[in-house]
Amino acid sequence: MTGADVLLLALGAVAVGSGVLVVTTKHLVRAGLYLVVCLGALAGDYLVLTAELVAWVQVLIYVGAVVVLLLFAVMLTRAPIGASDDLDRPGWPAALIGGGVGLGLTALLVDAYRWTAVELPEAGTAERIGGEIFRSWVLPFEVLSVLLLSALVGAVVLSRPEIGRPAGGSRDTTRPGRTEVGR
Amino acid sequence: MRPVIPYVTAALLFGLGAYGVLRRRNAVLVLMSVELMLNAVNLILVTADTTVRAALPHSGQVFALFVIVLAAAEIGVGLAIVLQLYRLRADVSVDEVPLSEPSTTVDADVREAR
Repeated sequence: MTGADVLLLALGAVAVGSGVLVVTTKHLVRAGLYLVVCLGALAGDYLVLTAELVAWVQVLIYVGAVVVLLLFAVMLTRAPIGASDDLDRPGWPAALIGGGVGLGLTALLVDAYRWTAVELPEAGTAERIGGEIFRSWVLPFEVLSVLLLSALVGAVVLSRPEIGRPAGGSRDTTRPGRTEVGR
Repeated sequence: MRPVIPYVTAALLFGLGAYGVLRRRNAVLVLMSVELMLNAVNLILVTADTTVRAALPHSGQVFALFVIVLAAAEIGVGLAIVLQLYRLRADVSVDEVPLSEPSTTVDADVREAR
């Protein structure tokens, strides 16, 4: 057990513990905040595994953007203060499948790697990863930019107010939220 | 460094994400569980990058970056769908989404909810 192992164990325990809270808590907003803890612990894991750039991108995009978007969604849909009782389905199948997947993968990986030790490679700094992306992975990188653009356009189209309204209906389709509340 | 520790962490996180996707009714919580699963995959990729000596160095970390970008795109479109669903139904329970006759049933439900 070296220092890296101890750090990995501690951060892994934090990540799994807050992950359990994300999927079991009764508070919508707290689920998002536990997700921050989980993703932060994973960013620490990446740092220990010498993936510097991935760790900082994780903090920037996941903790900074994705979780904020999720919390926005929580507050735009329904933001109850306190516990909600209707968040869960009664689910033995969920526990069965989730537990089966988790424990199965654990058994597989433990069997594959046992307690072997490896040397950590040189750190994945921004310079090295950038060189790797623009030398070997240029085409996937460009395809991803097209994918981001199409996701952007798709989100804009999905957010238009007239979706789901009958075509040519008499209802005011320009600002449905306001008019319906006012009626 | 013992690679089994982050591998087991990732496997458990993936199982938790699968459990959450099947268990949760709220669509936003389902999206959070999907994020857990994606992060488990990222941890596998980064760990594999340290244990597997590939022909191209740091491929695992590059793939992890790509998966992060994919997750950002997924969450954007997913939240657009969830917000549209909330505006139409005033509810985001994934097990009460009507799967047939969208225009008529949605219209009736919206009128009923008023």
